[in-house]
Amino acid sequence: MSNATASAADTVKRVSLLRILGPGHVWALGVGIVLVGEYTGWNFAADKGGTLAALIICWVIGLLYTSVAMIDSEVTSTVAAAGGQYAQAKHIVGPLMAFNVALYLVFAYTMLEVSNAILIADTVKSYAGDGFTDWHYKGIIAIVIVGLAALNYRGVLMTLNVNFVITAIAYLAIIVLFFSVQPWSQGTILKLNEMVTPKNALPYGWIGVIAAFHWGIWYYLGIEGTTQAAEEVRSPARSLPYGTMAGMITLLIGASLTWYICASLMPWQYLGFTYYPLLDAGKLTGSKLLETMMFTATILAALASANGCINDAARAWFSLGRDRYLPPWFSAVHPVYRTPYRSIIFLVPIALAFAFIANLGQAITFSILSGVLHYTFMSINIMMFRNKWPLGTIQRGYTHPFHPLPAIVLLALCVVTYFAIFLGYGAQLTAMVVFYVIMSLWFHFYRYRYVKRGDQFTMPWPKPLGY
Amino acid sequence: MWIMIANAGWVLAAALFLWMLYDWFRVDTTYSEATLTSSREGEIEAVQESHKV
Repeated sequence: MSNATASAADTVKRVSLLRILGPGHVWALGVGIVLVGEYTGWNFAADKGGTLAALIICWVIGLLYTSVAMIDSEVTSTVAAAGGQYAQAKHIVGPLMAFNVALYLVFAYTMLEVSNAILIADTVKSYAGDGFTDWHYKGIIAIVIVGLAALNYRGVLMTLNVNFVITAIAYLAIIVLFFSVQPWSQGTILKLNEMVTPKNALPYGWIGVIAAFHWGIWYYLGIEGTTQAAEEVRSPARSLPYGTMAGMITLLIGASLTWYICASLMPWQYLGFTYYPLLDAGKLTGSKLLETMMFTATILAALASANGCINDAARAWFSLGRDRYLPPWFSAVHPVYRTPYRSIIFLVPIALAFAFIANLGQAITFSILSGVLHYTFMSINIMMFRNKWPLGTIQRGYTHPFHPLPAIVLLALCVVTYFAIFLGYGAQLTAMVVFYVIMSLWFHFYRYRYVKRGDQFTMPWPKPLGY
Repeated sequence: MWIMIANAGWVLAAALFLWMLYDWFRVDTTYSEATLTSSREGEIEAVQESHKV
C-alpha cells in the first residue's frame, strides 16, 4: 500500500521553490530585516541605561550576533533547506526542538512585521496632521501588510530585488546623514561632549547597562533570517555565509554611525524616549532636505524589514507543513510563482490582527523574546552539531573559527538578555515561555502522531558519532 | 495628501487581497493537491549537499 502511494507520488511532477537567488539577495534579506532597528528600537536602550550604555550594548550585542552569524553560516551551509534553523534543529537536536524553533521563527518575524507596519503608520501619522483618524492609520497598516504579502506571493526574485534597492537607499541615507553633520568637526553641528558627560553617561550605573541588553537586541535582530533563503539560493554553501557575514559587517558599521549621530544631537532622556532617533537627528540638523530624506528612509527601512519578515515567516510555516508538523496543506507551492502561497496568505490576517490591537513596544518585545529563545537554541545546536558530526565527517560550506568560544559567548549573552527582559517585561517573558510549553505538549501528545517519522530527515549524512 | 493615500491604501489592500484569494482559488482548482504539495526538502543540486568528503 505504502509502495503504491510512493509510486504515485513519484509520477507527479514535482513543484518546488525556485532556486534563483544570489549573495546580494541574501544580503538584502538579512540587512533588510534588520536595518529598521537603527531607525527605531535600539535607542530605548538609552532609556534603560543612558547613551553610553547604548554604545556598550551596540558592540556587546554585536558580539552576540557575530557569533550567531558565524554559527549559522556553518550549519546552514550544510543543512541548506527552507525553514533555516528549523531544518537544522530537526536534523541535529530532534523534532520537538525543531517544532519550537519554527514557532520562534514565525513569532519573531510576524511580530517584527507587525512592528514595522505600526512604525510606518506612526511615522505617517506624525506628519499627517489633523483629520488623520484611526481609520486612516489602519489603512496604512493594511496596505503595508497586504501589499508586501502580494509582492511575496508573486515571486521571491522580485521580492528580494525590491528589498535590495530599498535597503540600499535606507543604508545610504545613514551614510549621507553622517557626512552631512560634519563628524570631523565636533561642535559645528554635533555636540557629543555636551550630550554625554561623565555625570550622565551611565545614569543608572552598570545595572542600567544590563537592562539595556533588552533593546540592544534590536540593533541586529533578524540577521539570522538569511538562512530562510537556503532552498532558493543558487549556491547555498557560498551565498549564505558570504551574504550573512557581509550583512553583519554592514550592520556593525551602520549601528556605530547611528549611535554617533544620535548621541551627539540628543540628550539621553530624549534619545531613550523618541520613536524616531534618526528622523529626529535629520530634523535637528535644521535641514529640510535631510529631514525629508530621513523620513523617506525610515519608511523604506520599515518596508524592507516587513517584506523580509513575510518571506521568512512564510517559509518557516511552509516547512512545518511539509514535514506534517502542521497540516501538509500549508506546504503547497505555487506552480507558476513558485512561492509557498498558502502560508503567505494564511499569515496575513494574523499579522493584521496583531497590528490593529498591539502597540509597538509589546510587538517588539514579543519579537525580541522569540529571537533570544532562538539564539539560545543555536548555541546548543552548534555544540551538538560538532559533537555528532566532527570536522571531516561531512562536507561543510563554511567552518567557523574558535569553536566552542562563539557558542559559549552566545549562550552567556543570551542568559544576560533574559535577565534584562525579565527586569522590564517579566510578565510577557513568563507568558511566552508558558505558551511554548503548552505548544510543546500539544506537539508531543497530539500532533507528532501525524508525522511520517522517516521522511523528515532528508540530509544524506553518515550516522552521528556515538549512535 | 496622507489622508488620500490612507484611503487609497484600504482600496488597494482590499483589491490585492481579493486578487490573492482569486489566484489561490484558481490554482487550487487547476492543479491537483498532490502536485501542489509535491515539494520535498533536500532536493537540491548544489555540490556540497552530496556530502562526499
